[in-house]
Amino acid sequence: MEKIKKTNIIWDKKDLLGLEELSAGEIELILKTAISFKEISERSIKKVPALRGKTIAHLFLEPSTRTRISFELAAKRLSADTIGISGSGSSILKGETMRDTAQNIEAMKVDMIILRHSASGSAHILAKNLKAGVINAGDGCHEHPTQALLDMFTIKEKLGAIKGKKVSIIGDIKHSRVARSNIIGLCKLGAEVTVCAPKTLMPIEIEKMGCKRTYSLEEAMRSADVINVLRLQKERQKKGLLPTIREYIEEYGVTLQKVEKFCKKNIVIMHPGPINRGIEMSQDVADSDKAVILEQVTNGIAIRMAVMFLLSQYKQK
Amino acid sequence: MEKKQEILDKEQMKRALTRIAHEILEKNKDENLLCLVGIKYRGMYLANRLAKEIKTITGKDPQLGALDITLYRDDLTQVAEQPVVHATEIDFDINGKIVILVDDVLFTGRTVRCAIDELIDFGRPKNIQLAVLVDRGHRELPIRPDFVGKNVPTALSEKVDVLVKEADGEDRVYKIES
Amino acid sequence: MKILIKHGTVIDPYNKINGQYDILIDEGKIVKVAKDIKEKASKTIEANGKIVCPGFIDLHVHLREPGREDKETIKTGTKAAIKGGFTAVACMPNTTPSCDSESVVNFIKEKAKKSGYAKVFPIGTLTKNREGKELSEMAELKRSGCVAVSEDGDSVEDNFIMRQACDYAKTFELTVFVHCEDKKLSENGVMNEGFMSTKLGLKGIPNKSESIVIQRDIEIAELTDVKMHICHLSTREGVELIKNAKKRGLQISAEVTPHHLSLTDEACAQYDTNTKMNPPLRTKEDIKALKKALKEGIIDIIATDHAPHLESEKDVEFDNAPFGIIGLETAFCVCKKELVDTEDITMQELIEKLTVNPAAIIGIDPPALTEGSSADITIIDPEKTWVYEKKDIVSKSKNSPFIGEKFKGKVETVLVNGKIIMEEGLFI
Repeated sequence: MEKIKKTNIIWDKKDLLGLEELSAGEIELILKTAISFKEISERSIKKVPALRGKTIAHLFLEPSTRTRISFELAAKRLSADTIGISGSGSSILKGETMRDTAQNIEAMKVDMIILRHSASGSAHILAKNLKAGVINAGDGCHEHPTQALLDMFTIKEKLGAIKGKKVSIIGDIKHSRVARSNIIGLCKLGAEVTVCAPKTLMPIEIEKMGCKRTYSLEEAMRSADVINVLRLQKERQKKGLLPTIREYIEEYGVTLQKVEKFCKKNIVIMHPGPINRGIEMSQDVADSDKAVILEQVTNGIAIRMAVMFLLSQYKQK
Repeated sequence: MEKKQEILDKEQMKRALTRIAHEILEKNKDENLLCLVGIKYRGMYLANRLAKEIKTITGKDPQLGALDITLYRDDLTQVAEQPVVHATEIDFDINGKIVILVDDVLFTGRTVRCAIDELIDFGRPKNIQLAVLVDRGHRELPIRPDFVGKNVPTALSEKVDVLVKEADGEDRVYKIES
Repeated sequence: MKILIKHGTVIDPYNKINGQYDILIDEGKIVKVAKDIKEKASKTIEANGKIVCPGFIDLHVHLREPGREDKETIKTGTKAAIKGGFTAVACMPNTTPSCDSESVVNFIKEKAKKSGYAKVFPIGTLTKNREGKELSEMAELKRSGCVAVSEDGDSVEDNFIMRQACDYAKTFELTVFVHCEDKKLSENGVMNEGFMSTKLGLKGIPNKSESIVIQRDIEIAELTDVKMHICHLSTREGVELIKNAKKRGLQISAEVTPHHLSLTDEACAQYDTNTKMNPPLRTKEDIKALKKALKEGIIDIIATDHAPHLESEKDVEFDNAPFGIIGLETAFCVCKKELVDTEDITMQELIEKLTVNPAAIIGIDPPALTEGSSADITIIDPEKTWVYEKKDIVSKSKNSPFIGEKFKGKVETVLVNGKIIMEEGLFI
């Protein structure tokens, strides 16, 4: 049975905007806190009263199903009241500036805001104008911190540790906030990260973030303990970044044949979802016992509960 | 000046627990329904010990679990220090069981209220009983213990400190005046 | 009315004067520059310890009038100019309607005469309505008072049209101001392409989108023998190209803005939309190359690209904010801090790049403290420290990344045509 562990990491952040702003200790605190929250989802009554009376607004200004549901479930399992606002457009509500929107939400006495937005940095702008806590649920091509945290939680669960593990992220790195948050978080916890994509989908100077880069899928697969395969948006081909989807599948699609040929036997295969089966990942890989994609989804709720709980404990100085 | 007054020493603590074990078995004839759930952390260690005492009497291990009541606290937004969430570990079905809730000190009763609320989220036990090492009084809720190691009259300003070997290196109970 | 400026440190790059002199002004003209002038004047300005120099000229200003008077007007824009020590500005033609006809030029001139604080030189468009398709009526533009022609925020994409436009401009000896950007390479970009854009997840604008068009425009300048001025140079690649073009003897000049000399793309880290401009803030290496080019005369002038935008337009997501910042009121102080205080160039060189050089590019009388010339004079206290605060901004828009910055050196008193417009920081 576990012993009393004193933690000296104190959560002192109003918002979770990205993993860039967190220390290794803070990331570990979230991962550790999430262990306790994972158990709650296993109960027959999947609810604790920790955030009773709190109101959480889900502002999803870009289409998303699973992240929104995951956040909503997390909030509900903490007994918070939730409201959902969805839509699209340049500013949050038509004709309003970011600050107007923020102040309006504030005036409705909302305690926490979950923001998904197509523009990078929008969570930062909102947080700056708001006393309520802001959780970034994905901003443009910038960060998606809770996704990276749940990926890290899953790696830790599967491999026991993150430090020293080799993680390869494969796919459209350039447009991926999941990739950026994973690189930042994994590097902070001491993993060796490799990113793999054709050069048209590789952001410039990415290696300065502390990862290696390769254009060869084989190289990315060979050394890895974990491969995290990103979704390929089909629009990329139309924008002229890829000649054909067929060639992408040939060069960068993760198939069981390639996995068996190049990967370690106990490789862990992840995907942030939703999968384009047959494009970035073949059916047989997604359904294989090496894939932990559904466990990632389960862990996502625990991570989001942990983050909401920690933020709710932030005390204004 | 802090004044420490010993209430129980190692031997007295052991005897109190043995007595509680007997009382539990006396009150609950069907030991198959019996399970112990300690409140983290010191209640959890005391529940472990009670389980051992019960085993020496019945020869059977009662089911054992631990509760972390942080998420059920009614003062989450008021506490000054940052609460740390630990896992609740109840890996058995509590429906229809007799649950002995174990804690070190019974004071206002609020912790026990949390624990009862949390337990009920796990199922519907036949009944829940409360065992505490020390009852120091000053209840703020209508809660009373079923098994008590020692009743200790205290002033509100005083503190009762339970030390257990597993966490603190020694077994001892103090009353502290400040 | 006679005005006497006494004991100032006179820096007049045109006449190569740098020393303590008195200046006597009468009927809008400078009548005497000498040591210890005894003559009686109705107004004496004590300028001991202060720099007295010709008024600055900014060749790249967006006054927004006509069309966007909510952002800036000729009145407020020229007031901001005076606050920054500029006695003359050249205004860009991206107004609504754009400045492609005599009527718009006349409107600007009249407004400037009526309500302007500083002198205004209109720049006309290169093609009709800045569409890059048909040549604008440059003869009429020149006749009505335009000092140059420009497509402003765009490059003429079609090489053939660009060639014709430059040939036609050459006919009337109009300088062509070019904004060099390959809009395909920079498409949807909002900041410099590099590690910072990768980190922030923002679409980048590569250096090459500027240099590729600079090279094209240099070739066209050579082909057409036109006088060409490269606006807001931001890249080290561009510096190299202009250096070579000058070596080849082409009539090419170039400008750099104070913000491209002082800030890098790291300023974008907090998604502050007042760090979003086009061309974008580049890197330390680019700043180094730009400073060196300025020292060596490869870059001729400093211009602000003063681009006012409403707070409500800027107070949005980085992707959706308009490009541009205001710059008139901070230009001199930023340059002093980044160039003179660091000993990259001397004060005299800085003043040269703000006075004589810009005047030469648009072919107006050289600003000089010569007897008989128009008394456009700026007096600066080089020691005065101050903080640039939002409440003190006189421009109608407040979009500046320098708000809150501390500076040493302040423009105090400005005269236009021998009239005191601002004295000790206060408008008369």
